[in-house]
Amino acid sequence: MSDFQPKIVAFCCYYCAYSAADLAGSMRLQYPPNIRMVELPCSGKTDIRVVLEAFENGADGVYVAGCLEGDCHFLKGNIMAKRRIKQAKKLLDEIGIGGDRLEMFNLSGSMGPRFAEVAEEMTEQIRKLGPSPLNPAYKEKKETASKEEAQ
Amino acid sequence: MKSGSKLEKLFNQGEFVVSGEIGPPKHANADIIREHARMLKEYVDAVNLTDNQTAIVRISSIASAVHVLAEELEPIVQMTVRDRNRIGIQSDLLGAYSVGVKNVLCLSGDHQSFGNHPTSKNVHDLDSIQLVKALKDMRDEKKFICGDEIKEHEPRFFIGAVANPFGDPFEYRVMRLEKKINAGADFIQTQCIFDMDRFERWMEQVRERGLHKKAKIMAGLMPLKSHKAAKYMQKFVSGMIVPDEIIERMENAEDKKAEGVELCVEQIKHLQQIEGVAGVHIMAVNWENIIPTIVEKAGLYPRPQIKE
Amino acid sequence: MIVAEGKPIAEVAKLIEDANKVLVVGCGGCVTVCLAGGEKEVGILASALRMLRKKEDKPLETVEITISRQCDPEYMEQLEKYITDDIDAVVSMACGVGVQFVAERFNKWVVPALDTKFAGGALEHGVWGERCGLCGECILYKTGGICPIIRCSKSILNGPCGGSQDGKCEIDTEVDCAWQLIYDRMKTLGKLDKLLEIEPIKDWSKSRDGGPRKVVKEDVMIK
Repeated sequence: MSDFQPKIVAFCCYYCAYSAADLAGSMRLQYPPNIRMVELPCSGKTDIRVVLEAFENGADGVYVAGCLEGDCHFLKGNIMAKRRIKQAKKLLDEIGIGGDRLEMFNLSGSMGPRFAEVAEEMTEQIRKLGPSPLNPAYKEKKETASKEEAQ
Repeated sequence: MKSGSKLEKLFNQGEFVVSGEIGPPKHANADIIREHARMLKEYVDAVNLTDNQTAIVRISSIASAVHVLAEELEPIVQMTVRDRNRIGIQSDLLGAYSVGVKNVLCLSGDHQSFGNHPTSKNVHDLDSIQLVKALKDMRDEKKFICGDEIKEHEPRFFIGAVANPFGDPFEYRVMRLEKKINAGADFIQTQCIFDMDRFERWMEQVRERGLHKKAKIMAGLMPLKSHKAAKYMQKFVSGMIVPDEIIERMENAEDKKAEGVELCVEQIKHLQQIEGVAGVHIMAVNWENIIPTIVEKAGLYPRPQIKE
Repeated sequence: MIVAEGKPIAEVAKLIEDANKVLVVGCGGCVTVCLAGGEKEVGILASALRMLRKKEDKPLETVEITISRQCDPEYMEQLEKYITDDIDAVVSMACGVGVQFVAERFNKWVVPALDTKFAGGALEHGVWGERCGLCGECILYKTGGICPIIRCSKSILNGPCGGSQDGKCEIDTEVDCAWQLIYDRMKTLGKLDKLLEIEPIKDWSKSRDGGPRKVVKEDVMIK
């Protein structure tokens, strides 16, 4: 499965992860090209509906990156995001997509290297999980696997 | 005389009354009820028959009373408001009186979530105080709950109710007891007493309000078989207070059962000294055969006879 | 308000397993306020159902609409244009009232997506508590504004029972004893003597026990 290139959507808080991404760029840090970033004014803007939309439109993984706990620009946005991610994970489990395709990370604007690391971690995690059940590649993989088994 | 029950007559004679308790079995054979009745009849003046206690299905209290009557022991039928509406309750009361039951104890009943049918509907059409009132109205006003007259053969019960000196809010407990007595309770059986200090404080309030003169108060006791039972009640049974001293005493005892009997006898002797306590009600759950020993050791044997 | 809670998605999916196209109808009333069946929840449920079905290779088409109230025929008219021939089932995200109104109005297979819980209010954001037993004859003036019918596990009118300890109900130490609350409040208000009156046996015929109820207010009728 090493050739599987997951599509990952990262919802990034403007005050931390988005700036950290900038910093990572300035520092010429390498991170996987699988990440598609969406800027949020705060991780507290996380909407379960939008998370689901990402999966429905072909994401193999999604993560939300917000500020360190206690450091939210809007005081408790990241705490609320955490709760919503927990609920969305449960929902993804229920419908068979798998809650482990969705994660929440906390970092600060000065943590450029950590940003690159998170992108790396998440890409690795999704690679291990394989394509989302909604991804056409998922079926191909399944078919190949059953063919191999038959042989 | 309100009911002419043996219990009422003994109270009127001024005797220190002793009642026991039999929990009916979870099957359809009553031999065990009869066996316990034979064993207890010389040692207690009357015996409670529980009504699906802890919301677990058992032989009905009224049917059990029939067996107890056949063994010539006086039954006190417990009736909860959990399982029957006002139609069922009144019908069962008429039936109970028709087979010779003369004492009824009115209770709310443990919530069904504690029993083996936690998904059942609970009725609570009446509450226990309203049931007391209904019994009194049937006897004294010759009326059903709806107001219709009972033209003849009204059931004339000696009406019992329960009180819990260990429930909260503490100060309201005695007020509520007064309410029960005003509703028509002739005798009261209390929750098992382990915290004697609190019981005494409660009795003080009872005497302040003169309630002991309006109704006969029987102190509830439960002989302990082990410290484990005491610990369980302390932790998990709401509406009960078991002081640590009692648990320690049981824990340190070599012969736990003997210690339990000793403790119960001490409690009885102490209770006899408290003004307003008219008797004891011994609830020996799954240990019915210890009651004769306790009664004898407490100097309450033989039991008094009714004077003609 | 009526407080409801979403059924597990898999359960709803099972209810519409034979349908190819469903209309998911939200309600703008109570269930929007208690975050169970408003526009947002409609979006989440529809998306989840589509993904679940796509995964099973039986794609589901959904149409989403949220109307002001499903318990009012006036608003039901807005639904008419969405109830087309190709809709195989309607998933109502209203309380039990809304589900029935939709089912009565349209000749379609209508299924509930929520479990209707109780009449209550928000205790804090995200937490709702039961407050009214809908008994048909309010006695709150006797109990200091605390309802023993629904907040006491046994609906005792002359409480508390023996199981009340430390202010909690015998069934669960998380549940407040309604009668402790009533006692405390009546004490604060200096009205404890009122609690000594024996509350008579209740007339339950005014509650659901008297059969399905109806309220008629002739002065506002227009037919």
